[in-house]
Amino acid sequence: MAEADTASRVRDPVRVDADSEVRSQERKRSLLSRLRRDYPVLLLAIPGLLVLLAFQYYPLWGNVIAFQDYQPFLGTAKSLWSGFENFSIIFNGDPEFLNAVRNTLILTAIQTVIVFPAPIVVALVLHSLLSNKLRQIVQTIIYLPHFMSWVIVVAVFQQVLGGTGMINNWLRGHGYDPIHVIGNVEAFRALLTSQVLWKDTGWATILFLAVLSQIDRALYEASAVDGAGRWRQTWHVTLPGLKPIIILLLILKLGDSLTVGFEQIVLQQQAVGVDASEVLDTYVYNNGILGGNWGVAAAVGLVKSAVALALVLSANKIAHRFGEEGVYRG
Amino acid sequence: MKAKPAPTMIGGMPMPGLTERIVKAVFLTVVCGVVVFPFIGVISTSLAPAEEVTKAGGFVLFPTHGLDFTAYRSILSGGTVTQALLISGFVTAVGTALALVLTCTLGWALSRRGTIGNRPLLLLVLISLLFNPGLIPSYLVVQQFGLLDSLWAVIVPVSVSAFNVIVVRAFFVGLPAEIIDAARIDGASEWKLFRHIGLPLSKAVVAVVGLFYGVGYWNSFFNALLYLNDSSKWPLQLVLRTYVVNGVELGGQDLGLAGEAVPPQTSIQMAILMISIVPVLCVYPFIQRHFAKGVLTGAVKG
Repeated sequence: MAEADTASRVRDPVRVDADSEVRSQERKRSLLSRLRRDYPVLLLAIPGLLVLLAFQYYPLWGNVIAFQDYQPFLGTAKSLWSGFENFSIIFNGDPEFLNAVRNTLILTAIQTVIVFPAPIVVALVLHSLLSNKLRQIVQTIIYLPHFMSWVIVVAVFQQVLGGTGMINNWLRGHGYDPIHVIGNVEAFRALLTSQVLWKDTGWATILFLAVLSQIDRALYEASAVDGAGRWRQTWHVTLPGLKPIIILLLILKLGDSLTVGFEQIVLQQQAVGVDASEVLDTYVYNNGILGGNWGVAAAVGLVKSAVALALVLSANKIAHRFGEEGVYRG
Repeated sequence: MKAKPAPTMIGGMPMPGLTERIVKAVFLTVVCGVVVFPFIGVISTSLAPAEEVTKAGGFVLFPTHGLDFTAYRSILSGGTVTQALLISGFVTAVGTALALVLTCTLGWALSRRGTIGNRPLLLLVLISLLFNPGLIPSYLVVQQFGLLDSLWAVIVPVSVSAFNVIVVRAFFVGLPAEIIDAARIDGASEWKLFRHIGLPLSKAVVAVVGLFYGVGYWNSFFNALLYLNDSSKWPLQLVLRTYVVNGVELGGQDLGLAGEAVPPQTSIQMAILMISIVPVLCVYPFIQRHFAKGVLTGAVKG
């Protein structure tokens, strides 16, 4: 892979020339002759594009039911239009909806403060290890939970922390009181957070480690000559080096801030009830698919997507204001 | 926390002091321990003999009385779990194959710069990364296509990941143009270019993307929950949810046991958990070898 990278980089200037040359020639050809020449390429693209169009673009149209009194047996064609009635739940502040918003925002806040910095800390420690072998062993271990499904993660947590789980068995066997975590409303947020930490902290270190390995060694050497110790180097060289990737990830996270732990919560909602666990995504699922309030659920989903898109775009703009690259330029 | 001036430097940083080394060692040991401990507990309990599990109150960290495969035998010799295992296997195998064909052909087509419609199509793929169609609209589409209660509902909608298309395309774009041009001059058709030049030169990235699709299909849970009401079509993850997470008991008729005693539920649960973990563990070393590179080149170039 590395070889190909270098190869493409070396060739790039030539490529650009060739490309523009090709393009000016292209303009002279007629559309038909280009089609005749390129149709095998299009044929190869079509199957994949069809799936993308059918399951990524075509569903967008389904959002019309947010403006309908949708009845599944009538379908979208025959269901009656209801204007913005479905949105009244949002604008009139329906308590269940507000609860879902509140839980979503609290969980997002917790995840930004606790879950987001965790891999940075682990990456800094890993990066500072002197032994490559040790680093690889630790990486192999901590990446693993990322490849487990949420069902497995939740099941494993139950077996470890549940009422008759490993830890409580040990506690009981040694004369201590068992701890009540699984199914405990008070501990639910802590449980969700620890599950996310367990599953994805290791995996999230990858990006940070990649960036850390690219920080110029000369910066460390120069700062050491100026008398900086390891802590000051971390503060003045390492962290500034990580700043662009941190900002990029925070922007992406902002776009996802209304999306937290959907599968994770669906799996555990029964045990703690809706009050403590309902987030926007589960609200859509419970009310729409399970509850049959299709229009309302679609309306909430639509507003959620619109807000998320607006958040990404504005966060990106703000990042540009501060002179950062952001996700894309434009 | 004063940094001591050290005699030698490493990578431009002074050597770490003793305190720092100890703190790091403890930290990493704890982190790794937290990851590994649950897995060991699950493996041990699934393999420990029934009496030992009961005596220990349901959990065994290290089986000391020999190994007992009854729990595995009971779930693998027919019944609910066996069927779910077969379904998961089918979904994973067919899904991965389909996804690889669709992703690689699309990625190849998009890598042929200068062909008609190349830029608009690339844009179409890129834009789809920016939004999510939403739960209800996706459900309506699957319903409209008549895929509810069909395994294809779990397979087809996720068979083209725009991200993977971009990763594969980036790799194809990096292939030496000379080889492709030479083959074209020799009269190779587009399909031959893709099949006999593009793919063989890109084995590594195809393998990584395939492994990612495979793990995704094996782990897919919510789409199955959403689209499959018929419990006889449930994949392993849904069985895992019902019998392990929700704790529904598996009776004799759900297991393939002929008149044998049913092993303790904990052992059965652990065994189900293990057979859903083990396939991922088996492919993990292969992913581990390639993924960091694959993920990164995709992210950087995409």
